Amino acid sequence: MTRLSWFNVVSLTLGFAFLYIPMIILVIFSFNESKLVTVWAGFSTKWYGELLQNEAFLNAAWVTLKVAVFSSTIATVLGTMAAYVMVRGGRFLGRTLFSGMIYAPLVMPEVITGLSLLLLFIGIGLDRGVLTIVLAHTTFSMCYVSVVVSSRLVTFDRSLEEAALDLGCSPAQAFRLVTLPIIAPAVVAGWLLAFTLSLDDLVIASFTSGPSATTLPIKIFSAVRLGVSPEINALSTIMIGIVTVGVIVASLVSKRNSVRQQQEEQAAARAQ
Amino acid sequence: MRRFFLIAVPYVWLLALFLIPFVIVLKISLSDVALSIPPYSPTLDLSAGWQGIKDFFAALDFENFIWLTGDDLYWKAYLSSLKIAVMSTALTLLIGYPIAYGMARAPEEWRATLMMLVILPFWTSFLIRVYAWMGILSNEGFLNQLLMWTGIISEPLTILNTNTAVYIGIVYTYLPFMILPIYAALERMDGSLIEAAEDLGCSRAQAFWLVTIPLSRPGIAAGSFLVFIPALGEFVIPSLLGGSGTLMIGKVLWEEFFSNRDWPVASAVAVVLLLILVIPIVLFQRNQQKQAEADQ
Amino acid sequence: MNSTVFAPWDDPQEKPLIRFRNVTKRFGDFTAIDNLSLDIYQREFFALLGPSGCGKTTMMRLLAGFDNPTEGRIELSGQNIVPVPPNKRAVNMMFQSYALFPHLSVWDNIAFGLRRDNMPKHDLADRVEEMLKLTRLEKFARRKPHQISGGQRQRVALARSLAKAPKLLLLDEPLGALDKKLRQDTQFELMDIQEKTGTTFVIVTHDQEEAMTVASRVAVMDEGKLIQVATPDRIYENPESVYVADFIGDVNIIEGRASAQGEDTYRIDWAEGQAPLLATSPRPFSDGDTCHLAIRPEKITISADRPEDAANAVQGKVHDIAYLGNLSTYHVELASGAIIKAQTANTRRISRRSFTWEDPVWLSWTATAGVLLAN
Repeated sequence: MTRLSWFNVVSLTLGFAFLYIPMIILVIFSFNESKLVTVWAGFSTKWYGELLQNEAFLNAAWVTLKVAVFSSTIATVLGTMAAYVMVRGGRFLGRTLFSGMIYAPLVMPEVITGLSLLLLFIGIGLDRGVLTIVLAHTTFSMCYVSVVVSSRLVTFDRSLEEAALDLGCSPAQAFRLVTLPIIAPAVVAGWLLAFTLSLDDLVIASFTSGPSATTLPIKIFSAVRLGVSPEINALSTIMIGIVTVGVIVASLVSKRNSVRQQQEEQAAARAQ
Repeated sequence: MRRFFLIAVPYVWLLALFLIPFVIVLKISLSDVALSIPPYSPTLDLSAGWQGIKDFFAALDFENFIWLTGDDLYWKAYLSSLKIAVMSTALTLLIGYPIAYGMARAPEEWRATLMMLVILPFWTSFLIRVYAWMGILSNEGFLNQLLMWTGIISEPLTILNTNTAVYIGIVYTYLPFMILPIYAALERMDGSLIEAAEDLGCSRAQAFWLVTIPLSRPGIAAGSFLVFIPALGEFVIPSLLGGSGTLMIGKVLWEEFFSNRDWPVASAVAVVLLLILVIPIVLFQRNQQKQAEADQ
Repeated sequence: MNSTVFAPWDDPQEKPLIRFRNVTKRFGDFTAIDNLSLDIYQREFFALLGPSGCGKTTMMRLLAGFDNPTEGRIELSGQNIVPVPPNKRAVNMMFQSYALFPHLSVWDNIAFGLRRDNMPKHDLADRVEEMLKLTRLEKFARRKPHQISGGQRQRVALARSLAKAPKLLLLDEPLGALDKKLRQDTQFELMDIQEKTGTTFVIVTHDQEEAMTVASRVAVMDEGKLIQVATPDRIYENPESVYVADFIGDVNIIEGRASAQGEDTYRIDWAEGQAPLLATSPRPFSDGDTCHLAIRPEKITISADRPEDAANAVQGKVHDIAYLGNLSTYHVELASGAIIKAQTANTRRISRRSFTWEDPVWLSWTATAGVLLAN
């Protein structure tokens, strides 16, 4: 029984307006003719053109993408291993320390994570650049991946793995042929999360990057510190657009899959 | 062998890139600032053997922490960070709860879409979402234009570069973290509990207060935790939306490190911040454990 | 038995406690309750029985006030309760899921309703203790719902809904979550408690045995309509339709054509080359009407030879035997291919059982054993 009272309607409307109006304004003013971001002076796409001419932004975007792809992929592998160890690993020396190190980065303020990694890199004399950002991003995003994957592994019916072993699989085969296909959605979700976290990160990247490698958030941050600019609006619009399309496509695909599964189940029930 | 490999790889990674860096922070926080590269002393000199290690430990002290208590900038920054984090968590709860409640009450076929709408901002860049408010809150911004146009005010309000803007920024960026766990708690609540309460003589409001609120408490705790923790160490929001009067510890740490190049003090600031965070983390952990027991 | 004495529905002077008057409830274009009228009397233990989706749960929700009828009136002690919200009705409900508040102890769950009435502290404590005693839960008062067993939760739910001494208690599949043995014990406990408190109970169930055990009257429902409302023995022995006969217990239905043969007695031609059957019926049939003879397996005798003076006897061979311990059910296949079930009590040890598979046997029954139904 659902009773959507006027109170519910009002709070939902206001809530979503609050969440979305700032972004909508941002998008609208990216098409503004004037350099003044807050005064409308006619439609124009000139800021997009200027953005595409801006080498510094393009370079930064390229660095960011590289960092995100590498760090999220390594983080997914390590995070899935860590999740498997936590859920299925049984007892081993230092298990408490291990799970502590998985959860602690989730609550660690970014400034501290960034500071500590920087001090480490300086201590061992590692030059700061793409490599150090990848290492830093991998470390904190693997923890998110392992939380996502382990929550799926916990609900995973263990007898499926046992059935695979019973039917002659080695443990590695059982993992590859049975466990991995079933937890695949969680692994993909973990990768996406790691990818987004890496794309999004400003603070840790600022600590761990060197002059040779500037990521897009660092670039944006130094630009917006000076105030609003239509070029940043254009850049934001592109990023919002990519995310929106991605999320909508992903949710449509998952909805279609669940509808199809439902239909197949109904058909099977009728066929009985 | 394979099991060893499976455990060792993530274990060693985390030891090397999480625990050891943290130990380094702790160590540097006990060192002294020096005009050298790296800009602190002592440095551990293993070539000097046992004597080197002894000298090293002898030179460590709590001077930086005493320095933190001496300069009121620091404890003011901690206090003001705490105040901003607590207040904005409360505000986020106040705004987030009705939204989560409305979502849980919405017809089932809408819920997936509403969920998506809450999650969508989370996937968009944090920096951009904070930036979006700069154009709205500035003196010539949209909010002031709107208020002047409606005649509510005649002079533009100064909102950007004040604590108010920081509150708005924190509430805005962390709202999804508050909504989602509360929604999850409300959604899995058995609807017949409310009917039972009404059947036993509760009005709608009483049923909400006596049944819905207590049963969504785990969600409230989780949401508040997820907002409070990052808000306390927040750097981006105070530096973009806050003003010179906005004191937050994340910003102080950043400036101490990058502007003043005082690494030992920055490290000490970080250590104290972590000590403050331990309290809510332990409280939250307890809450989670109690919840897990009740679920069994 | 109590039911022979307690029969307010036969007394025209008696005022019903609950009155459904031409109640219809529609959800969109689905009609859950279809122009239904029903009286329920004080101190009754009234069972609503039917398959899922028949409207029995909707009836209960209308009584509790969670749904309102699209048309018609519902009266409680002569007053229309349709406009009264659920929290103001002297009606309490025991939910199928029990709906125990997980954050409150057993004691606080039971006290919950009393607190809403601002009952003085002392009286409240007394009442809760009384309820705990009634449901034998004294030892568990301080526990939370997740710390007690399913049967104990069921009793907490009962105590909580009885605590406010409602005029009417609604029980929605109250024993559905319990296993069979516990369910049977609890049925008797429910009857005891109902008798002790004198509360009117309305129970919704899909379990016919449960309805027959606990209820003073049973209403069999289908597709939003009442099919028959009567005492359990009448429902079983005198069903008014094939639907009711088939829904309650095991039954053989023999279809044929009726023709009168003496007062209240009819001849039924039912199969080519088979002697007609004889049955009495208070319901009149015209010659040539289609009729259904409903006959319970336990009313059919099975024997090796044709019994001498049987009104009805047919021959067949044993097709299947279902051994239930105390009873055996024989599935006997007739020459026509039809299967008739006959049940005998196993008064002897199984090794001395008289019939086995493929044995030729005779089935016989008296003219009054079955019920002759039109549809």
